[in-house]
Amino acid sequence: MPKDTGIGASTKRREDLRYLTGKGRYTDDIRAYGECAAVFARSTVANGKIIGIDTSEAEKMPGVLAVFTGEDFVDVGGNPAGWLINSRNGEPMKEPKRPVLAHGKVRHVGDAYAAVIAETEEQARDAAEAIIADIEDLPAIVDMREALKDEALVHDEIGTNQCFDWGWIEDNRAATDEAIKNAHHVTTLELVNNRLVPNAMEPRCSIGSYNPATDDYVLQTTSQNPHLTRLLISAFVMGIPENKLTVIAPDVGGGFGSKIYHYGEEALVLAAAKKLGRTVKWTADRSEAFLTDAHGRDHVTKIELAMDKDGNFLAFRTETMANVGAYLSNFSTATPTFLHGTLMAGNYTVPLVYVNVKTVFTNTAPVDAYRGAGRPEATYSLERVIDKAAREIGRDPIELRRQNFIKPDQYPYASAAGLEYDAGNYDALMDKMEEVADFAGFDARVKESDAKGLWRGRGVNAYIEACGIAPSNLVGQLGSRVGLYDAATVRVNATGNLSVMVGAHSHGQGHETVFPQVVGEMLGIDPASIDIVHGDTSKIPFGMGTYGSRSLAVCGSAVVRATEKIIAKAKKIAAHMLEASEGDIELKDGNFTVAGTDKSVGFGEVALKAYIPHNFPIEDIEPGLEETAFYDPANFTYPSGAYCCEVEVDPETGKVRVDRMTAVDDFGNVINPMIVTGQVHGGLAQGIGQALLENTHYNADGQLETASYMDYAMPLAEDLPMYHVDHSQGTPCTHNPLGVKGCGEAGAIGSPPTVVNAVVDALQRGGKNVTHVDMPVSPHNVWKAMQSA
Amino acid sequence: MYNFDITRPTTVDEAVAALSADEAQPLSGGQTLIPTLKQRLAMPSVLVSLTAIDEMKGITEGPGTLKVGGGTTHGDVAQATKGSFAGLHTLASKIGDPAVRARGTIGGSVANNDPAACYPSACMACAATIHTNTRDIAADDFFQGMFTTALDEGEIVTAVTLKVPEKSSYQKFEQPASRFPLVGVFVAKHADGVRVGVTGASNNGVFRWAEAEEALSSNFSPDAIEGLSVSAEDLMGDLHGSPEYRAHLIKVMTKRGVADAS
Repeated sequence: MPKDTGIGASTKRREDLRYLTGKGRYTDDIRAYGECAAVFARSTVANGKIIGIDTSEAEKMPGVLAVFTGEDFVDVGGNPAGWLINSRNGEPMKEPKRPVLAHGKVRHVGDAYAAVIAETEEQARDAAEAIIADIEDLPAIVDMREALKDEALVHDEIGTNQCFDWGWIEDNRAATDEAIKNAHHVTTLELVNNRLVPNAMEPRCSIGSYNPATDDYVLQTTSQNPHLTRLLISAFVMGIPENKLTVIAPDVGGGFGSKIYHYGEEALVLAAAKKLGRTVKWTADRSEAFLTDAHGRDHVTKIELAMDKDGNFLAFRTETMANVGAYLSNFSTATPTFLHGTLMAGNYTVPLVYVNVKTVFTNTAPVDAYRGAGRPEATYSLERVIDKAAREIGRDPIELRRQNFIKPDQYPYASAAGLEYDAGNYDALMDKMEEVADFAGFDARVKESDAKGLWRGRGVNAYIEACGIAPSNLVGQLGSRVGLYDAATVRVNATGNLSVMVGAHSHGQGHETVFPQVVGEMLGIDPASIDIVHGDTSKIPFGMGTYGSRSLAVCGSAVVRATEKIIAKAKKIAAHMLEASEGDIELKDGNFTVAGTDKSVGFGEVALKAYIPHNFPIEDIEPGLEETAFYDPANFTYPSGAYCCEVEVDPETGKVRVDRMTAVDDFGNVINPMIVTGQVHGGLAQGIGQALLENTHYNADGQLETASYMDYAMPLAEDLPMYHVDHSQGTPCTHNPLGVKGCGEAGAIGSPPTVVNAVVDALQRGGKNVTHVDMPVSPHNVWKAMQSA
Repeated sequence: MYNFDITRPTTVDEAVAALSADEAQPLSGGQTLIPTLKQRLAMPSVLVSLTAIDEMKGITEGPGTLKVGGGTTHGDVAQATKGSFAGLHTLASKIGDPAVRARGTIGGSVANNDPAACYPSACMACAATIHTNTRDIAADDFFQGMFTTALDEGEIVTAVTLKVPEKSSYQKFEQPASRFPLVGVFVAKHADGVRVGVTGASNNGVFRWAEAEEALSSNFSPDAIEGLSVSAEDLMGDLHGSPEYRAHLIKVMTKRGVADAS
């Protein structure tokens, strides 16, 4: 009989009661006394010189309280990039200032150059329209190849559109070139990893308030990462001391990466709140979300795979152009480098990897981490070129992968791309995938599709990702400007219930359910008596937020460490209460027992004793029962998986239908299988969305042509199949206390190449010699590929 | 949204009178106009809601015809045509989602004449008559190009009468984002010949595919149009489909419509 609480139980998500009954409390739901509204005036051109901004009419409009322009922020700092990358020649990356409001130039459509604060949002909108901006339209820089010619510049002051030219592993460059030159067979593929708009259901929203009596600021904002936002505002942008700034991220309706970062709107509402002594709220509309949320992906890549005559992988070499947009968003320099290049050995024993990434400024919205962040790009390149290679040399795509897999007895394994994988079993995942995906029934399904006039194809994929971001010592050596540990405080209240303050932020992940399962199991008490507190810098010790599938592996480990400290102290108290030696105390099922006796005291009694310390050894033990732990991981965690997709292609229209999708993942130990399955489902929807539907298109003038759902295709339920999800083949992580790896991004990493591999397979079975179709594999793109095959 | 006044007349005459105000605009189901207002892309002084006019609602069967009030929702049309008018039932029941079908109306659709609207193709294929407060207009004369119709300022579509075909089918190939037709083809087999209405495809809005009509009128089978092709000239091209792709889809969807017609 499965457990219904504790580690391994599919406990129902307690947060869903409020989400599903409309009782969630999102930032825009918050109403403050005397609240006023901010609206931004945004550029309608992609690249323009600001000649002048006349706000005089706007200032006279009804209800207007203040108008800000870039001039008001020339003395404050820029919003920085969190990771320093050096070019191959040793030069540091170019870091043009990212101001709160555009000053001198506007650099993408949607770039804010002014803000109006008014009594109501409608008044602020009216006034924003009355601002007269004299902006000289300059040629837009959109295409990355064109941008690298430096004929026109996004940032004049840096003299180039290239942010950096990075090589990984630079010392292996010559050897990789040599291996490719001498290889028996080299497979080459040029591909595009399509740019995506994050499309969180809740648009961004920020509320700034200021108390002149105490000089305290509060920012309530849609953030995955409130402490980092506080740090950036304090240390870089506005200089508000950290102890004078509270950042609160209440319920957040999805982030997918886009809400990790600090945005200028957050600084603006704080500055306006101070100036006016009023609470100032800004809520993005959907158009602003399209134009200004940090986008994802946008890589153009050439990848080569060298093999010997037996199909052994000898080297991978890639050249990638990665778009960073008009400004460097906080993680934008890490995403195409250390979250991408380090994964380019995949699951394979390939001895050589060389990755070259040129990051390019363009007159488009900033591009940063989006669900998977660099790892989907790596997986897509690898798993597409391996599929193509198998076809070229006449090998079964699964057998070719298996031949080159790292084997279970090779761990820890130093990959050719510089990581040390701690655990895995890729053959076991592949075996399970073949079973769950019903390989045995494939031929019959091909015939059924044939009978309907449809071409069925099957694609597979093996992926590995680096999660549990991240070991601070390692990332510090690689250029990270922050540490990537996390923190937790476990507070046992006098009456025996618990508040657990965590640095991770839950915006759909289910932390409020999962962390109590862990603590409850460790203490032997009912998880229902444990509550999670998160998203408020004034209540939690510290945190680096939620992204990179890190919450359980890093913050969960901090929770474990803090709980261990609680247990240690509680044992001391229990030993005193039972007049026994501390070493003889055992904790079992919520009771502290003297080993070998029936003397015992309950957890609740110990908690009460800690707070009512009568007859308490205060010389040895402090009153109270509260412990904090910071946890810095020893390594990344390495989830891996084997995926399979079956599609049907309509040969007349090019329309692709995903019929079956199988995801077999190794997440290590699993705390709540239901929540893990849900995370995989969500990731698969986003991955299939990228593969089939989603595309972000700027035209030559830098206008975003896909700026609404009329042209930006989101996956609907009808576009997605029933999923076959399995996580029974876990190999526990060897270096964190729970043995967990992280599951939030896997689906979005593993599925895109699986879908495209399946589409190419279907077209080949249909007699079309198509070797690649760029994403999205829309009907039009597939039809065009068929026409030229 | 900019500020506006709204009035909700209960008769066509009152609505016509209200529309004579400066910058007045009729509002039916609001599935196009309300989003436009929200984006501040329209600034009417007064919205004249047509949704309280009972005489513009409902569906009546005539001899070989179906008369649909201009204020009748897609959902009501879908209900009323189930099992009796296959093409129109498919068309109405697949517009947007349930919320759209509960509000959007046939009058709003034909009066707006979005080049990717579904209803105009049915009107063309079913030799519809568009009734207004002043006159009756044949569908062939009513639709005059993208977002352009024969309607005069302040003229209201009060009803649409469609000729009920012996067999019909509506084939929508969806644009992946909006789910509007990238190409929509309405095939209608009437006693006196076959009509084929095509929407979503042309720079000039809805049109009839004359060559296919002729071929299908003498042989109502997919094979009859095998040798035909649609010129890509004047067809729309965008992110979701080139003119050549749309031309190709018109033929594919027409063949499927013929095979499916019931």
